[in-house]
Amino acid sequence: MILPDTEEALAAAIRGASGPLLVQGNGTKSGMLRPVQAAATLSTANLSGITLYAPNELVMSAKAGTRLSEIETALAAAGQQMICEPPHIHGENQTIGGIVATNLSGPRRVTGGAMRDHVLGVRAVNGSGEILKFGGRVLKNVTGLDVAKLLTGSFGTLAVMTEVTFKVLPVSEATGSIVLRGLDAEQGIAALSAGLGSPFFVTGAAYLPALQQAVLRIEDFATSVKYRTEKLAGQLSAFGTAEILDTDASKALWRDVRDCKYLDIAEAVWRLSVVPSAAPAILRALAPLGVTGFLDWGGGLVNLTGPADQATHEAVCHAAIAAGGTWWLMQAPEPLRAVVNVVPPEPPALAAIRARVQASFDPRGILNPGRLRAA
Amino acid sequence: MLQSKPKLNVLEKRAEIIAGLKAVLPERAVIGDDVSLKPYETDGLSAYRQMPLAVVLPENEAQVVAVMKFCHLHGIRVIPRGAGTSLSGGALPLADAVVVGMMRMNQILDINYADRYAVVQPGVTNIAITQAVQDEQFFYAPDPSSQLACMIGGNVSMNSGGAHCLKYGVTANNLLGLRLVTIEGELLEIGGKHMDTAGYDWLGLITGSEGQLGVLTEVTVRILRGPEGARAMLAGFASNEVAGACVDAIISSGIIPVALEFMDKLAIHACEAFAHAGYPLDAEALLIIEVEGSDTEQTEMLARIRDICAVYNPVSMRVSQTAEESAAIWKGRKGAFGAVGRISPDYLCMDGTIPTSQLPNVLKRMQAMSDDYGLKVANIFHAGDGNLHPLIMFDANDVESFHKAEAFGADILKLCVEVGGCLTGEHGVGIEKRDLMSVQFTPAELDQQRRIKTAFDPDWLLNPSKVFPLSGLSAAA
Repeated sequence: MILPDTEEALAAAIRGASGPLLVQGNGTKSGMLRPVQAAATLSTANLSGITLYAPNELVMSAKAGTRLSEIETALAAAGQQMICEPPHIHGENQTIGGIVATNLSGPRRVTGGAMRDHVLGVRAVNGSGEILKFGGRVLKNVTGLDVAKLLTGSFGTLAVMTEVTFKVLPVSEATGSIVLRGLDAEQGIAALSAGLGSPFFVTGAAYLPALQQAVLRIEDFATSVKYRTEKLAGQLSAFGTAEILDTDASKALWRDVRDCKYLDIAEAVWRLSVVPSAAPAILRALAPLGVTGFLDWGGGLVNLTGPADQATHEAVCHAAIAAGGTWWLMQAPEPLRAVVNVVPPEPPALAAIRARVQASFDPRGILNPGRLRAA
Repeated sequence: MLQSKPKLNVLEKRAEIIAGLKAVLPERAVIGDDVSLKPYETDGLSAYRQMPLAVVLPENEAQVVAVMKFCHLHGIRVIPRGAGTSLSGGALPLADAVVVGMMRMNQILDINYADRYAVVQPGVTNIAITQAVQDEQFFYAPDPSSQLACMIGGNVSMNSGGAHCLKYGVTANNLLGLRLVTIEGELLEIGGKHMDTAGYDWLGLITGSEGQLGVLTEVTVRILRGPEGARAMLAGFASNEVAGACVDAIISSGIIPVALEFMDKLAIHACEAFAHAGYPLDAEALLIIEVEGSDTEQTEMLARIRDICAVYNPVSMRVSQTAEESAAIWKGRKGAFGAVGRISPDYLCMDGTIPTSQLPNVLKRMQAMSDDYGLKVANIFHAGDGNLHPLIMFDANDVESFHKAEAFGADILKLCVEVGGCLTGEHGVGIEKRDLMSVQFTPAELDQQRRIKTAFDPDWLLNPSKVFPLSGLSAAA
């Protein structure tokens, strides 16, 4: 494994590479999407450390190999947090570079935005070994093309990120939740939509089919949380009597939602992004195949698990596409991941542009080839 | 050189090209006579003017496809245009280019409150989206000052911000999907009505690409339920530095107001004369701070903010008591550029962003530059996110005054980059800041961006001469 200690060394390693490179941080997400066939592995694990933290400017920079846990500890010490609440579904070794490269966001994404909404700047090395920086450390920046967003969620297939800069926010003084019980999926999504359509600034909205519960979160100053959870419970009274959770109980609940604890993990795991109103029918259609799951982002994120076979996979993909949405194969045994589409296929016009954009970063095609799509 | 050299073979065939456009579009959608073309010769950066070859006003997506195929076939450059409010010259024509104006594609196609999106055509004005959903208490969040006129297609192309993006984000954070037509006439569907999309973040790349990657035909935006209410307060301070320090203290306290705006003395006086908002005329610097929530929540939040402001010895503090009072406060702020126009014949509006801790330092150095150049500057900006809008006053009838203003503006933007910021926070690079791009980016960084542009538009026909310095063009294309 190539483990450069500096950005310059990483650039030299890419320039000197004689063939494809498996690009990773600590490799905690190597089970996502397609397996990469590469003779050598290039890791950012030794590029580690927070390089800038200005709490008063709501901004942090860290080298790509910095562990998420280190970042969250530093933020918590100053009363701040990652806005998109990255899930801890890949253990405690996952790096900030991995979170940005996969654009993984948790429950607060529904109103607070995804990781891609908070990335302000990146430093990266392209496939020709050029060190490049895009974006910066300020909150508003439209100078040139937004390459930082393009690299976010590109799974290391365009350039190897060496440092990322992102916006952070204060942790709210209090967190409250309301729990509505005995709801089927349609009723659950209706309740979440009503909550997200209320003026009370809901920051989490999930439906847990196994418990038949809809849960909604409010984060703010303590008096506001008390006021708004009560008002929200009243406004949603048509869905039953709500239980109101305090800060500690709320934080525990949303940690579990964030980390997909409501998913009884089988062989394969999928993530679907759809319009919320389409989610109940997807759950219902896939249940006979042994696929179960839960809904986050007001129903817009469908987390699913089930048997890892081609027929089930195709049924899941079909359900997402039929609903006008999109999907990722998050986890599956390698034989399945190697032969199926792990994200939706592209129409030809977009595929041609994508291939040219990819070549513009990585003319030799050596960075994580096949990670997103078969080469 | 302001623009790349016009293609003589295109200029020579102007009559043929106009006839050709009329063959693929309805006659009413093609403008070819100089009198009717005149309104399109400039945009919000009116110091620059250039008559285009022709203007087309397509009425639907199929017509956009037809125009693009025609222009691509004949190697004709294309300038997309919304309402023409760009402050950076993003819609400035070229002599050999066809302007594709989107104002006739102005329909709202779908509104869905349960799934919280609206599908609109690019010629819909920013404010029209909010107006279409406000009966249900929803709104579209980004609110540039030009929102009465500017169009969503232009907002997407420039990734527009506004006064309330401290809480709600900029255009890029409020989009779900796009349809656009490439220069080759291919239709691309990006994203949809859902939140995250698998594959590369084309939505993020195209937003803010200044019309250089494709021509938009449809935009799907997130719509949000509005808060129970909102209230603004004013706090006047004895110096810019003290006001800057107060901004820092508010953000550091864990309070993120929905808006946090700054005006210096020159701006306060200009805006007050225009809006009669009760701005404190004895203050050197003014903060407009807005919070949201129920009446009780607003009161509590404003009390916390007042306590913080009090530490900085404000010369005045006033909390708006009525919706009318809040509206007057915002009328002054949103009309600020026009208000400055009343006290100076002409001005240049800069748009750099700086780390907020640099506010006092940058304001002080800008004042020194103002003295050196002998040109006044009024400062009106989004303090919470460090996005500056210095308005440099000059007299367009005096060529030397204009050149001095441009040099002053360039110095301000270089200063923004020097202290860790950027050239433009929300107005875009356009033609105005194109030649400063090398201050912020290395040649390799510019070339990487140019190669992306080339991947979408191999012949550089789409809004060329903008964003990237002309000198490096041949290297990339």
